Amino acid sequence: MAAPVPSVETFLKQNQEADLLRFSTAGSVDDGKSTLIGRLLYEANSLYEDQLAALRKDSTKFMREELDLSLVMDGLKAEREQAITIDVAYRYFSTPKRHFIIADTPGHEQYTRNMATGASTADLAVVLIDASKGVLIQSKRHAFIASLLGIQHMVVAVNKMDLAGYSEEVFRKIQDDFGTFAEKLQITDLVYIPVSALNGDNVVRMSEKMPWYDGSPLLRHLENVHVMGSRNLIDLRFPVQYVNRPNMNFRGYAGRIASGTIGKGDEVLVLPSQRRTKVRSIVTFDGELAKAFAPQSVTVTLEDDVDVNRGDMLVHPHNIPHVYREIDAILIWMDPSPMQIGKVYLVKHTTQLLKGSVTGLNFKINPETLGREKAAELRLNEIGRVTVQLFKQIFCDEYSRNRETGSFIVIDPMTYATVAAGTIIERGRLSSAAKLAETGKAKNKIIHRQEGAVTPADRAKLLRQRPATLWFTGLSSSGKSSLAFELEKRLMAAGHLCFVLDGDNVRHGLNRDLSFSPPDRTENIRRVAEVARLFNEAGVIVLTAFISPYRADRGHAQEIIGAGQFIEIYTDSPVSVCERRDPKGLYEKAKAGLIPEFTGINAPYEVPQNPAIHLKTGEESLDVSAEKVYNYLRRNGFLTV
Amino acid sequence: MESYRLSKLKNLEAESIHIIREVAASFERPVMLYSVGKDSSVMVRLAQKAFYPGKIPFPLLHVDTNMKFKEMYDFRDRYIKQIGADLRIYKHPACSDTGTNPWTLGTVKCCAILKTQALLNALKEIGCDAAFGGARREEEKSRAKERIFSFRDEFGQWDPKNQRPEIWHLYNTLVNKGESIRVFPLSNWTELDVWHYIHLEKIPVVPMYFAREREMIVREGQLIPLEGPIPLKQGEKSQKVMCRFRTLGCFPCTGAVASKAATVPEIIEEIMTVKNSERITRLIDHDQDSSMEQKKKEGYF
Repeated sequence: MAAPVPSVETFLKQNQEADLLRFSTAGSVDDGKSTLIGRLLYEANSLYEDQLAALRKDSTKFMREELDLSLVMDGLKAEREQAITIDVAYRYFSTPKRHFIIADTPGHEQYTRNMATGASTADLAVVLIDASKGVLIQSKRHAFIASLLGIQHMVVAVNKMDLAGYSEEVFRKIQDDFGTFAEKLQITDLVYIPVSALNGDNVVRMSEKMPWYDGSPLLRHLENVHVMGSRNLIDLRFPVQYVNRPNMNFRGYAGRIASGTIGKGDEVLVLPSQRRTKVRSIVTFDGELAKAFAPQSVTVTLEDDVDVNRGDMLVHPHNIPHVYREIDAILIWMDPSPMQIGKVYLVKHTTQLLKGSVTGLNFKINPETLGREKAAELRLNEIGRVTVQLFKQIFCDEYSRNRETGSFIVIDPMTYATVAAGTIIERGRLSSAAKLAETGKAKNKIIHRQEGAVTPADRAKLLRQRPATLWFTGLSSSGKSSLAFELEKRLMAAGHLCFVLDGDNVRHGLNRDLSFSPPDRTENIRRVAEVARLFNEAGVIVLTAFISPYRADRGHAQEIIGAGQFIEIYTDSPVSVCERRDPKGLYEKAKAGLIPEFTGINAPYEVPQNPAIHLKTGEESLDVSAEKVYNYLRRNGFLTV
Repeated sequence: MESYRLSKLKNLEAESIHIIREVAASFERPVMLYSVGKDSSVMVRLAQKAFYPGKIPFPLLHVDTNMKFKEMYDFRDRYIKQIGADLRIYKHPACSDTGTNPWTLGTVKCCAILKTQALLNALKEIGCDAAFGGARREEEKSRAKERIFSFRDEFGQWDPKNQRPEIWHLYNTLVNKGESIRVFPLSNWTELDVWHYIHLEKIPVVPMYFAREREMIVREGQLIPLEGPIPLKQGEKSQKVMCRFRTLGCFPCTGAVASKAATVPEIIEEIMTVKNSERITRLIDHDQDSSMEQKKKEGYF
């Protein structure tokens, strides 16, 4: 090769160092989105002569005035004829500072899904508003979807300022209107720029017609905006994409690092097998690496001969994702046939393809008001909050933390069409009762109870007892646990199989993901009731010791366990007595404000209206109370068969 | 200090490798279209990278019209042997008929038979459910709208108005029997990216891309190479022109551009300053309105 020209080397260096910004554009019909991008490409010298020539020819053919820059973007024939943008078009241009990939997305409401497609890989969104029309629903919808897909940076380009006489007042009014709406969205960086795409004002060069505007023109802003990006370099998530086994001597796990970093010698945990091993090498065509990071595509070999397949995930042992079979998510429905609750769909999450079904639709979101609305189904382009039951576990994080492991798509098992896109949200953030009722109902449609040949009577005969759940409820330190354990001792001594479910113990394991907020307390009680019921079905007498402050929750527990087996016992002791006992010093901490939502101090306790047994634990001794409960069981035939 | 920065090309490379592996893991019979051009060279290199230290686990397919340049055939045979890939060559039976050429049939019909029909036959014969192509979205305006995983019905047709949404990097790879997916790992690459990558990776390409003096006919402002039985119009004579090819196709339909760029950096320098997009030298893009979109709907890559 001849000696390279120095200027080329400089150019190549610059080309290598310039970073990449992916942005999506979104706008309403006729607000000039395609014209704006056409203008951006035109002015940034990214249109070629022949593209311009074809453009001039096309403009004449469709009888448009002047040079119609939107024709560059509206590539498909139907779109060019109807002057609308149907699908996502990708455009590429570079300046010395940055490379840009634009996903130009349609403005009509019926193309919401295409908008979501464009926004899903973008770091920034440009929302267009027509200055002559003000803020329309489509612009709000676009902003909402962009924020839903985790876009942190947004530019509101107020276009057609020429039609609004380049008026500052018009611009400020739009800024106020949109600002009021955008406050409800999670956008950290929101910038407004007044432009005229048709005339090129504030697109590449500062406009002389709007001296009152002191910000940057659009292109300069796009070149300089500091984009945090969606990359997560903290949590290692390496979904195995392909097992590379070219010969007996090599076994590598190929994949793209979804997030975090991985190093040679790192200890890793394989999910779901939970096997621990170490990274032997990170192999690439260009040589081994000591360390690799998201979003590199690499091949990893491991020290031990563990079984790893496509769909498995390598993580660091001290930083593991959620392992869920049920997820809460925001779903964007993208198919003409509405979402069906209970129908089995296919779900693709990282490199896993599995079955799953929507078991509950909590609400849909109105994109204009951002309000929640009750809904029986999700239709094309509607967005709602759902619970999805999966037939296998997935390894995931919340979308807000990790775009790669927090996202999934839903595929119809018959047509194989992509019918929805979902983002995983924090579990159980929804208020209690509605969720319980809905998921409970829906589940019955798809999960049928299995029954064997052994009957409850057989078990009762074997154990010589009738199962029951003794549900102790009362303030903290009112004696629930002490009583439950005392009774367990007595019952065991008399030859009865029983088991205590204690609040603190359960929260260490089964319910460790739950807080003390009202919805989580509700979920806590629901799970305990389900477990109690299973024990009861096995013939065991259960003693539960939970504050269970809400009447509605205890009612639910009774529903789950069955009225015949649910025995509500109120351990009634005044707060003053409980405070004095307080073996764990909780009341003191709560009063100091260290424990939020502590029952009796700063959270309510709803007294049982008609308990089976009412114990004055503040006055009587443990023995007396225990004796009363024991007698109740004997009297009501639970201890003999 | 550790740097977690990836250059644009390394980003594109990682994305392309992910796409290629996803196909190998999800489909039963993938095949990679190999057209001998620069984009194919880059795509093949990415496939080598994806499966290193193993070999590319699927065959390459060259749909040969019998009207490619001799230099292309020489390069193809040499390069494939060198990398040890499994190359299948498919020709439409009509390509040896004397009448199957663009001068007799016109470019539209000639392409329909020797490229589109031949491709569909080949894919059917192999029974392939996924086919990689080296097309880039930047090349042409209907390509700008195509998905990376682009669904084709059982007749190989593309329905641009009814494309599957493609969100994040979660590709829907499911097809029913007879249907297939065309996969474009270079979707987000520009012509400049391709040349820059060839430069950095030292990827071999057909020498026709580099300028030298060649026997050419100048027709309607285009440089037509004097290769094969090209019918000359009255008064036309070949002349020596310093030129190179920006894209490679069949010799009757591929023009050259006047150029002095004889090395990869010189080509890059030329692209920096050139104001014609690369497909202008391909006559078939201009033969009817929305020509590429039409060909793609029918099954062309």
